[in-house]
Amino acid sequence: MKLAYWMYAGPAHIGTLRVASSFKNVHAIMHAPLGDDYFNVMRSMLEREQDFTPVTTSVVDRHVLARGSQEKVVDNITRKDGEEHPDLIVLTPTCTSSILQEDLQNFVDRAQLESKGDVLLADVNHYRVNELQAADRTLQQIVQFYIEKARKKGDLPTDKTEQPSVNIIGISTLGFHNNHDCTELKRLMTDLGIAVNEVIPEGASVHNLKNLPKAWFNLVPYRELGLMTARYLEQEFGMPSVDITPMGVVETARCIRKIQSILNAQGVDVDYEEFIETQTLHVSQAAWFSRSIDCQNLTGKKAVVYGDATHAAAITKILAREMGIRVVWAGTFCKYDAEWFREQVSEYCDEVIINDDHGAIGDAIAKAEPAAIFGTQMERHVGKRLDIPCGVISAPIHIQNFPVGYRPFLGYEGTNQIVDLIYNSFTLGMEDHLLEIFGGHDTKEVITKGISADSDMTWSKDGLAELNKIPGFVRGKVKRNTEKFARDRGIEVITAEVLYAAKEAVGA
Amino acid sequence: MTLADAQPQAISFECETGNYHTFCPISCVTWLYQKIEDSFFLVIGTKTCGYFLQNAMGVMIFAEPRYAMAELEEGDISAQLNDYEELKRLCLQIKRDRNPSVIVWIGTCTTEIIKMDLEGMAPKLEAEIGIPIVVARANGLDYAFTQGEDTVLAAMVQRCPTKVPEMEKEERNAISKLLNFGRKKEEVATEESQYVDHPPLVLFGSLPDPVVTQLTLELKKQGIKVSGWLPAKRYGELPPLDEGDYVVGVNPFLSRTATTLMRRRKCKLIGAPFPIGPDGTRAWIEKICSVFGIIPTGLAEREAQIWESLEDYIQLIRGKSVFFMGDNLLEISLARFLIRCGMTCPEVGIPYMDKRYQAAELALLEKTCQEMGTPLPKIIEKPDNYNQLQRIKELQPDLVITGMAHANPLEARGITTKWSVEFTFAQIHGFTNARDILELVTRPLRRNNSLKNLGWEKLIREEANS
Repeated sequence: MKLAYWMYAGPAHIGTLRVASSFKNVHAIMHAPLGDDYFNVMRSMLEREQDFTPVTTSVVDRHVLARGSQEKVVDNITRKDGEEHPDLIVLTPTCTSSILQEDLQNFVDRAQLESKGDVLLADVNHYRVNELQAADRTLQQIVQFYIEKARKKGDLPTDKTEQPSVNIIGISTLGFHNNHDCTELKRLMTDLGIAVNEVIPEGASVHNLKNLPKAWFNLVPYRELGLMTARYLEQEFGMPSVDITPMGVVETARCIRKIQSILNAQGVDVDYEEFIETQTLHVSQAAWFSRSIDCQNLTGKKAVVYGDATHAAAITKILAREMGIRVVWAGTFCKYDAEWFREQVSEYCDEVIINDDHGAIGDAIAKAEPAAIFGTQMERHVGKRLDIPCGVISAPIHIQNFPVGYRPFLGYEGTNQIVDLIYNSFTLGMEDHLLEIFGGHDTKEVITKGISADSDMTWSKDGLAELNKIPGFVRGKVKRNTEKFARDRGIEVITAEVLYAAKEAVGA
Repeated sequence: MTLADAQPQAISFECETGNYHTFCPISCVTWLYQKIEDSFFLVIGTKTCGYFLQNAMGVMIFAEPRYAMAELEEGDISAQLNDYEELKRLCLQIKRDRNPSVIVWIGTCTTEIIKMDLEGMAPKLEAEIGIPIVVARANGLDYAFTQGEDTVLAAMVQRCPTKVPEMEKEERNAISKLLNFGRKKEEVATEESQYVDHPPLVLFGSLPDPVVTQLTLELKKQGIKVSGWLPAKRYGELPPLDEGDYVVGVNPFLSRTATTLMRRRKCKLIGAPFPIGPDGTRAWIEKICSVFGIIPTGLAEREAQIWESLEDYIQLIRGKSVFFMGDNLLEISLARFLIRCGMTCPEVGIPYMDKRYQAAELALLEKTCQEMGTPLPKIIEKPDNYNQLQRIKELQPDLVITGMAHANPLEARGITTKWSVEFTFAQIHGFTNARDILELVTRPLRRNNSLKNLGWEKLIREEANS
């Protein structure tokens, strides 16, 4: 057992659901107790999704515990098949169902006989993998299923597209700024004269998965989701893949050069150097920013970085290599990918931390006393407590990290966004510091907060006690309204009863 | 339809498939740890439980909450690790870091399935580490959302002290004595004499402290003394319970607690409607008065006065229809109040319907419908959200009270919604807070009024196959 208050990566089934519900017309059925369908709330609230999340639960209750699910799971699958005609239903085990050890594969096989759509059992072990690993595995599983299905039917296209083309693999729902990144990547591909063959899983149809081999190569922008699929496609079809995250000026250039070498190896003669130079000098402002005196002022400032492997590694490199900021430590909660992370950031920071215990991370921040933090929502809160500004660069995230405005982290526009994020974090910190030195803004305390003795009214003990229960930000208003109410009625002592009578009268 | 309207009917109850969205009952820790100030809640479950709490509670999680997960790992599931030793290790850590007066273990689905004997281990560990350990099985296999509180309070009932001898009572009253310090004895005595002589009355249900004060004062006006609340602000202040004491519930989801109070502590349950809305509050007080043989004073005027102050809000909802998808068991009381406000209500979904515990509330609902001349709502226990969405599509209600999973998708389809969980966290009890309920109910309608004529109600394209 582990005492835990907060976790950075969710349970396995969340990963499966993220992949399943990213596809078009794929439905996931969770084998889970009541209340485990919290994923629907997250998707509906965080993504502000207009459509019903295609996830339902085959509820595990007392009866199921006593007699097994029997027909229930099969019925739920065939019912959903009839109601919504999904192309694919993914039966999703949860922590509960994995200890029940029911033969879910058998349910899937039986349901498949009656369903028009396909039915799959997500192959993830709840106690061994987390959300990110499960998402990676589920995507690979679905791709493999449809490739094999097409192969069996003999309609697997084998030719490459005429023009150079790419599959973008790993864009998913509830991913950090994923939809903006996707737009930016498509734009980048267009600029490079590369057609986008398929984007998976977000917005993709499973019917199109058989077309994946038509692309010349795969681009996997995030370390956490898509690598397994890319590896599978490489094994099966010898498709090369680019797994350099185009985040930051240097890495974006590296990514484009890798694409260039892959395409040239396949017989096209492309040279992107001029494009890289134009973009770097004229589209992205990041290169200019690093020369400007603003950035000069950041030289040697201390920062710490923490997040998933992709974002923490990329931001660390940007801070150290592109802005001259000293990264005291860089860390990730992706323990399973520790080796890669170490290799990526070791030369750009003083220390590497691989840990998913938020308490230890908080302590490490306090110890380092950085001028700015780049982390998840949890680190933002640590920053609040320690009075250190924080830029959020990675999930876990809140609704404010699903901006409506265009905010990619990838590609050349991404470099601009990151400059703003980093610069704003530091200046705010600086401003705060100066204010402290010079004794704050020129405001004297204008409004007396709390209970002062400046009124002619008498408050009884219980009245005061009740008043104190009212949240601070409205207490003043409630107090004024109550006193007015009492004065109007000639009440001399304000008791709890008077307080609430006033509330009823004026809605104070 | 006209035939049905003319004849008085009984409420119809139906039961669907139970495929509905609700919060897991372990969510009760988030309001109970705040209510019971010296408690610590330990949820013994998996990452799934932890992830739910973390996401459901948003910012609260950052405020160093007094709850944590005992996260079960593979070794725990396969019994390679000793449960008792593991729990002891964690509870000692909690004792060291937080020093709570009580640790509440919340059993989850996983502890049920692997049959972890929490009830057996708790007394042993309690003796060993010297902190009371209360066990509540608030799991999703058996319960929905607010029923979590019910399981915790039912477990707490067992911990309430019994009759205290007079001498000790004096000591227990030390705090109130302290508060009365400096006041003349006669003053305290006259305060006592403001109450009618009646058997002890204990209220059960967790409410924010201001609401506790309001309801206590409301009863005081009728000369009724509240001798205690379950739960109290601190674990050490749990009310004494003796055979023959009277108890009354303030929330509709507390049926296990009520049963435990009656069967285990031999208390007498006052079956009343719940003090939600001015009508409910009045009926609640009247019922308590009638049990104690008190003729209530000033209640009718008080109710009328509250209704009058609500008129501006009621104007917005009168004649409109409301559909409850059901997820927190407050549905019957809220529907009854809204029907009294002039709304119609075709369907009330509810996770679980205890017809005995809610009998008085159901009777008031029936009476309200008759008096308002509205048809009785259909009560759907264990609803099926998919079917409900079909019915909503057909009925096009003016307001759907629903969970967050459906709110945005419905809004995008031009159906106005109110997120149901807010009713659980807002102050909705008593005369004083009736306006707060309507504040919530009318908010989407007021939003509609301010945005009307923009032509953006329906933002999705009609499904081709519908």
